[in-house]
Amino acid sequence: MSALPQAHAETAHIHAAAATPAAISPAALIVELSRVLPADCLITDSGRLRAYECDGLMLMREMPLAVALPTTEAQVVAVLRTCHRLGVPVVPRGAGTGLSGGATPHKQGVVLSTARMNRIVSVDRLAQQAVVQPGVRNLAVSEAAAPHGLYYAPDPSSQIACSIGGNVAENSGGVHCLKYGLTVHNVLRVRMVSMAGDVMEVGSAAPDCPGYDLLAVTIGSEGLLGVVTEVTVKLVPRPRVARCVLAAFDDVRRAGQAVADIIAAGIIPAGLEMMDQATTVAVEAFVHAGYPLDAAAILLCESDGTAEEVEDEIARVRALLDAAGAIEIRVSDGEAERLRFWAGRKAAFPAAGRISPDYYCMDGTIPRRKLADMLEAMNAMSDKYGLRCLNVFHAGDGNLHPLILFDSNDADSLHRAEAFGVEILELSVALGGTITGEHGVGLEKINQMCVQFAPGELDMFHRVKAAFDPAGLMNPGKAVPTLHRCAEMGGMHVHHGELPHPDLPRF
Amino acid sequence: MTHPFHSTLREMVLDAAAQGRTLRPHGSRSKDFLAQQLAGAPLDMRGAQGVIAYEPSELYITAHAGSRVADIEALLAGRQQMLAFEPPLFGPGVTVGGMVASGLSGPRRMAAGSLRDFVLGVTVMDGQGRVLRFGGQVMKNVAGFDVSRLIAGSFGTLGLILDVTLKVLPLPHAEQTRLLELDNTTALRRLREWGAQPLPISATCWHGGRLHVRLSGAQVALDAAAQLIGGEVVDVVEAAALWQSVRNHTHAFFDGDAPLWRVALPPMAPHLALEGDSLTEWNGLQRWLRSDTDADALRHVVGALGGHATLFRGGRTMDRALGVFEPLKPEVMAVSQRLKKAFDPSGVFSPGRLYPEL
Repeated sequence: MSALPQAHAETAHIHAAAATPAAISPAALIVELSRVLPADCLITDSGRLRAYECDGLMLMREMPLAVALPTTEAQVVAVLRTCHRLGVPVVPRGAGTGLSGGATPHKQGVVLSTARMNRIVSVDRLAQQAVVQPGVRNLAVSEAAAPHGLYYAPDPSSQIACSIGGNVAENSGGVHCLKYGLTVHNVLRVRMVSMAGDVMEVGSAAPDCPGYDLLAVTIGSEGLLGVVTEVTVKLVPRPRVARCVLAAFDDVRRAGQAVADIIAAGIIPAGLEMMDQATTVAVEAFVHAGYPLDAAAILLCESDGTAEEVEDEIARVRALLDAAGAIEIRVSDGEAERLRFWAGRKAAFPAAGRISPDYYCMDGTIPRRKLADMLEAMNAMSDKYGLRCLNVFHAGDGNLHPLILFDSNDADSLHRAEAFGVEILELSVALGGTITGEHGVGLEKINQMCVQFAPGELDMFHRVKAAFDPAGLMNPGKAVPTLHRCAEMGGMHVHHGELPHPDLPRF
Repeated sequence: MTHPFHSTLREMVLDAAAQGRTLRPHGSRSKDFLAQQLAGAPLDMRGAQGVIAYEPSELYITAHAGSRVADIEALLAGRQQMLAFEPPLFGPGVTVGGMVASGLSGPRRMAAGSLRDFVLGVTVMDGQGRVLRFGGQVMKNVAGFDVSRLIAGSFGTLGLILDVTLKVLPLPHAEQTRLLELDNTTALRRLREWGAQPLPISATCWHGGRLHVRLSGAQVALDAAAQLIGGEVVDVVEAAALWQSVRNHTHAFFDGDAPLWRVALPPMAPHLALEGDSLTEWNGLQRWLRSDTDADALRHVVGALGGHATLFRGGRTMDRALGVFEPLKPEVMAVSQRLKKAFDPSGVFSPGRLYPEL
């Protein structure tokens, strides 16, 4: 993927300028931070700061004044108290794999990375719980639980790199969340530090705390409410068997109907994914999964459980797919074949990068029954904007990841890609869905928040933030647009995404 | 979805706010007993009833807050679906709004998740009379803070719940209940061992040396699990009645006047050696206790284990001064007070229902 034109990076400045400027000079701030952090936990030279100038949304770049890399909760408290006292904005950061600019630095602020707080505190088999620090990678939790026959269910596609702290901030999902839930369903307790430096625990290892459900508000809060310092997660027993059914359809509408039929028949598959023909062709050239290339759409439906359960469910799924008019049905025989079925789906993003200089990934969610309508509308948009689009869906939960292919060296192509993306998101809202299913709003979709929410609702989001952060210094200008911004927005939509980790599977 | 009743509500809220009066939204009032204090003029939320949208293949239902949960469950059952958190129904008229406001979940919570896990969206009226919609009808939605789940369990103190969208799930293909004669400590040990394995256990209840275990899922999975768990199979009708009685507190354990405590504990907490009868659910995570024990002493023991205790039904001797709900830590209370102020700046809604400070 090519670098993006510099002119577009200016849009980040517009967003990031939302908070009140700090009254302190950068040099004085660094002196203050050096008092509370060891030298190796503070980055201030521009060469090393460069690594933190963006997260997974590479368009939005900004150099922070400093990056704090605390190793203890006490250091997190000290950094936050210092910044709070000095009126300096703080941007929390996990592994930096987020796709919506939630960790884009503030140019007058400090980035607080929890990457070095990466200890697995405990894994308890019988309690089915693990206590981890925020910098622990998502997959590392499941690896630590594996000897006990357990795993951590949410599996965002970046799970080899993304951290639990970031997952809490984004309420991350994954391929299996239809059956096993999102982060909000699998995190039991979060210990965090407020902007003022107060340590607070929300949720509990015991169920259903009294009082307001602050845990639910914290999860998915995009780093606007507090810095996570410890997380208790639920672990679930690893299913004994998993098998995948691959079904090909010669018509997208029939494939969409098959998805509805499976759910309506009382089946909640472990995963239910759909790819259109353009995607199938692109990934097949890349991974040689053996997909039928003449199919208009392919469904992947996974069953897990005991051997008996899986056999029973696969038989029912097969019958439904047959009745829905599938032109070909394959059932994975053995783990190697199951992984091969998935290989193409998981390679959709890199495959897009292989056939196009740039691509822009959207994240709208719509009611499942509108899938075929949405696909047809996107095909029309593809013609209208003269850009190809690969369509991959978490079909089971209606979450779309259309990949708009464009060339950022061609300013008109970039402009059309942005307009294409805006139209998809706005149609998602119009069809009864949402602008973001799992990637978050961050900076990227902040304008579309004005489309999805009315002024009173946005006002309430600001009030909720102020309840946790009265000073408004934690990750200011992200996730919730000002009412002024919405009023002014007009046609100025900012949309662009580019992956900084092209090697990571994205799905 | 707007309803003519909402404009009436808006006038009442604005009048109350302007005149410094308070309102207490309620449905069937089946949970009036569960309150630190009942204050404010009763405001019957049953003025808007009915299902707004139900899409079985989308796994959601949207209903006005005044709708009866029993009607919703009957509608869902007709399409082989259910509210998987098995909300307790302490009376025939429990409303959707009351159910969500209390945030309570029943026996299947241990396997399926709690009420708040199933809340996809809400429409609320805040203390300024504004109608606000949060969440939606889709499973995955991370736009904006998760206010819908904040409203769940807030006991009407943040705003008026106007309508709710809930995720629904298919009814299990088959169910079977097993009965084992075990003492409490042995039962807890077995339950934890089973819990760490992929078994289709959907509810557990231990009382008086008898452990009931409900299995839900495909028949083949039930047969395999039944072998491993052992015990005797319980007659289908008898089993359904048992789980119903645990869910709705009509079980004999819940009779009488002794204070009823709900104790929630982390998974590895031992059997509590406290005076009084007890009934244990959710693999030991939820323990009901009938006891005149001193509230401070109980909360001290429970707190040391990492749990919390609610004085669920006070009985005759109830002393609310000790706090019906587990006291909050000061930093959590500070945020909660600011949230209350955010939603209800004039303090119109159910003051003191949860805590005197809210």
